Amino acid sequence: MIRNRSIVTIDDVGDDDLNEIFAAAGEMDKLIKSGKKVSILESRVMCTLFYEPSTRTRLSFESAMHRLGGAVITMADVKTSSVSKGETLADTIRMADAYSDVIVIRHPLEGAARLASRFTSKPVINAGDGSGQHPTQTIMDLYTIRKELGKIRGLNVTLLGDLKYGRTVHSLILALSKYDAKIKLISPPSLRIPEYLLHRIGDSSSVEVLDTMEGNIADTDVLYVTRIQKERFTDPNEYQSLIGSYSVNNTVLESMKKNSIIMHPLPRVDEIAPEVDQDARAAYFRQAANGVPVRMAIISKVLGGI
Amino acid sequence: MSEEQTLKISKIKEGIVIDHIPAGKAIKVLSLLNVGEHSGHTVSLAMRVKSKKRGFKDVVKIENRNVAESELSIISLIAPEATVSYIENYNIKEKRMLNIPDQITGILKCPNQNCISNTKEPVQSSFRVLSREPLVARCEYCEREFRGNELLGKL
Repeated sequence: MIRNRSIVTIDDVGDDDLNEIFAAAGEMDKLIKSGKKVSILESRVMCTLFYEPSTRTRLSFESAMHRLGGAVITMADVKTSSVSKGETLADTIRMADAYSDVIVIRHPLEGAARLASRFTSKPVINAGDGSGQHPTQTIMDLYTIRKELGKIRGLNVTLLGDLKYGRTVHSLILALSKYDAKIKLISPPSLRIPEYLLHRIGDSSSVEVLDTMEGNIADTDVLYVTRIQKERFTDPNEYQSLIGSYSVNNTVLESMKKNSIIMHPLPRVDEIAPEVDQDARAAYFRQAANGVPVRMAIISKVLGGI
Repeated sequence: MSEEQTLKISKIKEGIVIDHIPAGKAIKVLSLLNVGEHSGHTVSLAMRVKSKKRGFKDVVKIENRNVAESELSIISLIAPEATVSYIENYNIKEKRMLNIPDQITGILKCPNQNCISNTKEPVQSSFRVLSREPLVARCEYCEREFRGNELLGKL
């Protein structure tokens, strides 16, 4: 049960919790479409602390809380807040603890959400910590796969792109390994998955580390594409040398199964050509739309609204 | 220690003897215990002494010095098979085998530069030991796993 518990990594969400969240997200989806007024979390307050830019995650969290009838308080800008005066994250969290019922945090340093959870009795939801984890994105990704293909277990999932810095794929790989997925990891050699993650997956899933899409995606059910994480590079020349090193276009689509899907956590740069958007297999905008019902389900479960 | 080896280092009246240190690591052990020219202790040190178990080992004797539990954890990280004998009036009062603890707190710095535990936040570094031989531990904050050489490089 995730009630009153923090969600820092995907390991904090058990298999039963995931199934409950998927079911609840389906209900939330219907609620949104019905246009009915919802007051599941009336008088509850969510505090969002975003120390890094975010569009989809922040908006979908805030939209989710508003749709549940709750209120949102936020730190408008790190530059104008007490953080710029040198306040520690621990102190900011103690303050947020007093003002809210649940804290959503995104931070450039890995482990920030875990640290935050140690300075509050309120549940903390990790909305991304450096190149660490992004568990609610993973839940949303799993929900999308399930909704689009009817199951997750045993699927052939190919993750393509920046597997070194892309935090969404780090959480996703750990989660997929629990579903006996057959995972292919395709990236430029310098952006391969970190060793420690491969070690964590161990022998629980079939994992192949590859350099190219060619000849490797014909059996793929889910092609999960990620952007090169420009902001994580310390050497701009290294980033420049990798731009355009992989791209999904109509030619790539031709080599894929008819009933497969293409996902992307967005924003994209040039790793998926706009021509792909027209294809029914392009699931990334549907995936982004799932952010609100899934986060409604997560917040409700954590705050005991349902 | 054999008779031949005791001749190399004389017995001490009060203090501690750390035996079975991997060869070449004795100076590191002393540095971790902050025993040096300014600490005021008399130290005897033998490096590359013949050992039945490991081929060669180091031995350290520190007079009028005790070792706290937390210091035993530190020593265990670089000398996991070491023994510590507490000496009183030339006799061994107690002999301890070292063990790498399940949790290493406040001793090691997280090798991940981007980990929040390396900032001014009011927390101590903390690692869960996943394997002792070889040493592998996971940072409780950034959740990365590190091998012994990565963790101990900054000791």
